[in-house]
Amino acid sequence: MNRNLLKYVLAATLITSVASFYALKSDKGVKADPDNAGLKLPEGFGALKVAETGAKARHLVVTPQGDIYVKLAKPKEGKGILQLHENSDGKAQLTGGFGNYGGTGIYLKDGYLYASSNQEVFRYKLNDQNVVLSPDQPEKIVTGLKMGRQHETKSLVLDNDGNLYVNIGAYSNSCQVQDRGYQSPGMPGCPILDSAGGIWQFKANKLSQSYGDGIRYATGLRNVVGLDWNQQNNQLFVMQHGRDNLNSSWPALYDVKESAELPAECLYALKKGDNAGWPYLYYDQIQHKKIVAPEYGGDKKKEADTKYLDPAVAYPGHMAPNGLLFYTGKMFPEKYKNGAFIAFHGSWNRAPEPQKGYFVVFQPFKDGKPSGDWEIFADNFSGTPEKAAAGRADHRPCGLAQGADGSLYVTDDSKGTIYRIIYTKK
Amino acid sequence: MKRILTIIVLLTMGGLQLSAQTKNKAKAVTKVTKVSAAVMANGNKIYGQYCLSCHMADGGGVQNMNPPLNGTSYVLGDKTRLIKVILNGFSQNVDIDGESYTNVMAPHNFLKDQEIADVLSYIRNSFGNKASGISALEVKAVRAKNKK
Repeated sequence: MNRNLLKYVLAATLITSVASFYALKSDKGVKADPDNAGLKLPEGFGALKVAETGAKARHLVVTPQGDIYVKLAKPKEGKGILQLHENSDGKAQLTGGFGNYGGTGIYLKDGYLYASSNQEVFRYKLNDQNVVLSPDQPEKIVTGLKMGRQHETKSLVLDNDGNLYVNIGAYSNSCQVQDRGYQSPGMPGCPILDSAGGIWQFKANKLSQSYGDGIRYATGLRNVVGLDWNQQNNQLFVMQHGRDNLNSSWPALYDVKESAELPAECLYALKKGDNAGWPYLYYDQIQHKKIVAPEYGGDKKKEADTKYLDPAVAYPGHMAPNGLLFYTGKMFPEKYKNGAFIAFHGSWNRAPEPQKGYFVVFQPFKDGKPSGDWEIFADNFSGTPEKAAAGRADHRPCGLAQGADGSLYVTDDSKGTIYRIIYTKK
Repeated sequence: MKRILTIIVLLTMGGLQLSAQTKNKAKAVTKVTKVSAAVMANGNKIYGQYCLSCHMADGGGVQNMNPPLNGTSYVLGDKTRLIKVILNGFSQNVDIDGESYTNVMAPHNFLKDQEIADVLSYIRNSFGNKASGISALEVKAVRAKNKK
């Protein structure tokens, strides 16, 4: 063997390995997609598509180890919860699935993964790597919850004192005798409220609880999908889906424009025993008043009893807030800290007026209270403004989660895309 | 207008003749009933007032909530079933093309026979649909047999 040749080979090998080391290094870390996953974001932010699940992805959680659990509205190939694992570049691949039930709620707390069907809540023990130990043997925590054909999902969240909060949506629009009927009056003393139309509190570690074991924590909430526990002031916040059909049920009182804008989608800060007033009232964000519902004698002006809870913030009508998350991460600039992100799934009941929503909003907070105007944070899930206006969005934001590094994750339950929004400015 | 009327009369007569021949009245009438511009215009008006807020301007419905009206057997198929949806509303769990829809449709039995006929004829001939019209007489017959 020629000595010179050996030298060259060694040198070449060294150069190659150094080069590949640097290449690896520069590839390392989470990078935004060149088109920011099609999203419009504030300056300094980027986004990537973590995965395309092709499933009805509702709420999700992300573990510090880079596992993502996604709850599906409808099981895909018999799996109602998808498990994905992230690579170092932020892209994730499907690693498994379990739970043969559809649903929306999923939450990670104190070594357990909680997930809901539309009638029950289960929990799965996690190992020290936050991996589910026995996917086929969850503990049934809550059972026998009412489920109608509408507002059937059971979102959930836990506090820091071992309690579980579950939304039980009202299986009705405005508790009319004939649901969504033309000029149909409201049922006196709305009987739905005894077992739905509110948030119920259960013990997080007790098996097979139902109505008799839980507490109706707050009532008069038509349907809540997005909810979160505010760690700053230790309080439950929920986003209500406001009522529909003001024009189609009461055309003499509300024109199509008023019916598109009203009522507000409300953020409520709840305390035990609160009553937000559904179905007797709705919140008019233009008059800034609680107005008696037409089903209960309202005339668009008459104000409701002051005993009912006022919203913390009121947003335009029908945008369908499906995700709420208080941001406690360190990645985003200071103004986002402890503020709320809200995923608006997008409207349908604004027709024939243009539809609205299909974006993620940021609501500033100060000391556990909303402070300042909300702004659209992530937009263009729909693909184009025209698709949003027509209600024919490509993607519809639904669930929100925070990664260990402070990234914001967003699900889409239309095509099943999982988005990750990162702050890229140094 | 007079010409259209003549055509309709002729077509109806043809239909009756055909039905006498085939002894399958409903099918024969189905094949020959034409939907006039006047019916389409009135149907469009009723659609805008009572249907559009859920089924949308393009008839495409709303994902998971309100079923689409284009290309589905519910709209293009059995007329009696379709008329009953208007009269009784709809709150069954059904899959349409593998998708389920959860919203409740209230009964629209307050609409007159002619209004129901026109709006259904309109729906069956809009959003890419092409099917026979529905007459007020057909609605009347279904309403008479409809319980409650």
